Amino acid sequence: MNELPEGIERQGMDVDIVCVGFGPAAGGFLTTLSRAMMNDDGTPAIESRTMPGMPPQVMCYERADDVAFGVSGVVTRARGIRATFPDLNPGEIPLTAPVKDEKVIYLLDPHGASRRSGMLKLADKTLGLLKPVLGVKDHAYELPYIPPFLRKHDGLLLSIGQFNQWVGGQVMGSGLVQVWPGTPVTKPLVEKDTVVGVQLTDQGVDKTGAPGAGFMPGMEIRAPLTVVADGPIGPVGRQLDEHFGMPEGHHQRDWAVGMKMVVDLPEGCELEPGTVLHTLGYPEPEIFGFLYVYPGNVASMGIFVPSWFDNPVRTSYRYLQHWMLHPYLWKHLEGGTLRSWGAKSIQEAGRRGEPHLVGDGYARIGEGSGSTNVLTNSGVDEAWTTGTQLAEAVIELLKEGKDFSRENLEATYVKRRRESWVEEEGRIAEHARDGFQKGFIRGLIGTALAGMTRGKLNLACTAPRPHERIPSIEEYYKGRIPPGEIAAIRKECVRKGLSLHDALMERAGWPEIPLDGQLLMSHQDALLVGGKVQAMEGYADHVVFIYPHLCERCGTKTCVEICSAQAITMNPEGDVPLFDREKCVHCGACIWSCSEGREDDPEHGNIEFRAGAGGLHSAEN
Amino acid sequence: MSNGYHIVVCAGIVPDPLQTLEPVQTPQGWGLKNEMMLPAVLDPWASHALYEAANLAKNAPGSKVTLVSVAPKAKLQQVMMTLAQKVPFELVAADAPAGGFTDANDVAAVLAEAIQAIPDLDMANLLLFGGWESASRGAGATMQILGEMLGITEQFQGVDEITVTAEGKLQILERIEGGRHQVSECAGAPVVLGWATGNLPEPKNNPQVGMQNMRTVMPSLQKARPAALSGEDLNYAGIEVPKATRETRIEKNMSADEIAQEIVAWIKG
Repeated sequence: MNELPEGIERQGMDVDIVCVGFGPAAGGFLTTLSRAMMNDDGTPAIESRTMPGMPPQVMCYERADDVAFGVSGVVTRARGIRATFPDLNPGEIPLTAPVKDEKVIYLLDPHGASRRSGMLKLADKTLGLLKPVLGVKDHAYELPYIPPFLRKHDGLLLSIGQFNQWVGGQVMGSGLVQVWPGTPVTKPLVEKDTVVGVQLTDQGVDKTGAPGAGFMPGMEIRAPLTVVADGPIGPVGRQLDEHFGMPEGHHQRDWAVGMKMVVDLPEGCELEPGTVLHTLGYPEPEIFGFLYVYPGNVASMGIFVPSWFDNPVRTSYRYLQHWMLHPYLWKHLEGGTLRSWGAKSIQEAGRRGEPHLVGDGYARIGEGSGSTNVLTNSGVDEAWTTGTQLAEAVIELLKEGKDFSRENLEATYVKRRRESWVEEEGRIAEHARDGFQKGFIRGLIGTALAGMTRGKLNLACTAPRPHERIPSIEEYYKGRIPPGEIAAIRKECVRKGLSLHDALMERAGWPEIPLDGQLLMSHQDALLVGGKVQAMEGYADHVVFIYPHLCERCGTKTCVEICSAQAITMNPEGDVPLFDREKCVHCGACIWSCSEGREDDPEHGNIEFRAGAGGLHSAEN
Repeated sequence: MSNGYHIVVCAGIVPDPLQTLEPVQTPQGWGLKNEMMLPAVLDPWASHALYEAANLAKNAPGSKVTLVSVAPKAKLQQVMMTLAQKVPFELVAADAPAGGFTDANDVAAVLAEAIQAIPDLDMANLLLFGGWESASRGAGATMQILGEMLGITEQFQGVDEITVTAEGKLQILERIEGGRHQVSECAGAPVVLGWATGNLPEPKNNPQVGMQNMRTVMPSLQKARPAALSGEDLNYAGIEVPKATRETRIEKNMSADEIAQEIVAWIKG
């Protein structure tokens, strides 16, 4: 919305620092910053440039309805978090426990429905033959050794929702930082390549963004420093990438969607608090899983569906249900009850997906800045640490009266980051996952090589763009479902507005899910009971299919299949899928699951993910 | 204030009802498990009262709205961040639990003390608004007790609408059984109005209003002192969270009409 209706002006406000997004990175930033803003005698230790005599005016805008509505399955060594809170008592934060027992489990396929390579089938057969010797039971093999780079033995299990709430309470309790939930940010304000603030999202508009009743243009918040912490799919970070480009050789082509549940385990469940289970091999070899046990007989569990899983009907929800039903896990879960559910995208390119960390007037922190480590499977602590590093740099610059130029931010924030463990470990992990681009076993070997040699050896390769590797449905099911039958299934599903995965998976041998309405429930029930999804009215659609002709030629509609919330659906009356804003959980999986590359921007698919309000409404994910 | 009302809205906060709520015994008595980690919202009944107050103040020049809240200080700040975007008000806060286990009489006493301490309180033009009931506990007694403590005899409960007549009288619609309203008229302030849902929609978030409001809200929050809620005279024989029942059944061969008919039959019993 650049042109406003006659008589309506876009209001503005000047502050010292504007922060976009409230997650672990912003938590680390605001915690560290707020501690340094006042002297013990109540006078400002640092003075505001916009309100002289006052401490710096710091605003943070969060899209979700509350600071607690994040998603992550967190097992972390918590080095950065503990550095900020040296006396941290896990007992103070609900759903937190020290790690006690870690296992990595290879899951065999009890149904024979997954797509496994010849080599994997051979490995499975060998395990079957050596079953008594290796202790294979419940169709699972507990690995006797966990490589050091994966271990979290001195770490913590957290709920990101509860942790964010705990941090948010302290930050806001300081009275020095304003965190505004339910306030999405549309775009950065860029003037002559300097970021001068952000623009909040227009309200009172129709789904196309056209002003309607109660139209309220989003304010312009101008600040000498804009801190971009809006995660991997945040519109502000993505627009900065578009404007400034990525550093030479960097790209964000590796993604995954993590889908999780928080579950009340059945009475008598033998899993102890602090237990960490990591799985691989099932429901498809490319899908990894986790189960962490909190105090109070509660567990957090889920799966990761990566962008290099070449299944065009890659439904996370259905696969999550099959994963839970695996005999090795179901023996612990049967009789459990869903408490919470959620999903989010993970930027798995890690350091190789690092954008320009700073520029004149802005700095990037957290996952969107490439801090996630895909070798150690850790992101929250890294994000937190980048936030604290920026805060230390900002305090230094403010105290010295220096401005937030690229040069000054490079000399303070980037320097700190480059000299830290986040950078050192990020470099080791840089090519760790490359092998998965060419197969599951090659991926495991590449990861092990990189991990055991601290990155000196790996199976490096250049990842194709996500849309370049999505095959047609016919290719994927070649030899299992004839093309004619796929055509008939597709026709029927489009007519009913349904996604294809249920019909195709069942045809390919996956058993039906025995819904119990308690833990195994329909996708929409999980959304409502677990995700408690909300969406305020008066906002435009934030998922936009840019060029209709690209949707028209698309035969896979992977965006429909992967949609974590069934918010994107088949359109019985056309080829451009339908989008229901009120269901969207803002996971962003559609961005990297579009199989049609744009002609004017081949790096990206045909879906634009803009700023939007609402989404998940559960504080336990 | 001679030409307007001083509308004092009493509004507590409650845990976001969509979260998992578990009553537990604490050393201080009953509370909710992890209460301080649950997102909170303004008590929905009181929210309606606040929106009605803001609307009335807008249409009655010279009026002002003061929000008086007895709630945990740390959680109140979060709620205010959202609420301050919707309507303008001044805040008076007292720090106390909000799990729904406090004694209505104790809360009313704290509210009465806080209201009487408002520096420019105009008793002659006081409209005392609040929720008819509370989302955390449906006793619905606090506003009535508070009115009595402040010596306000004109009280209306279950209010859905207030209109100021041309003569300056107040015409009030109170809910009665059968989905109907009782229409009352009183000469004017002071009066207690316990609101039901009112007729106004929830105002949209306006960050600009929010930024202005927070300038006064933040200092008020910092001034909030612990409220004296002893709870000594109150015992709970049993505690139970209302159960949400959800039945899932998969029907692959029923038409939308058939499903609709079944739902209608179920509703009719």
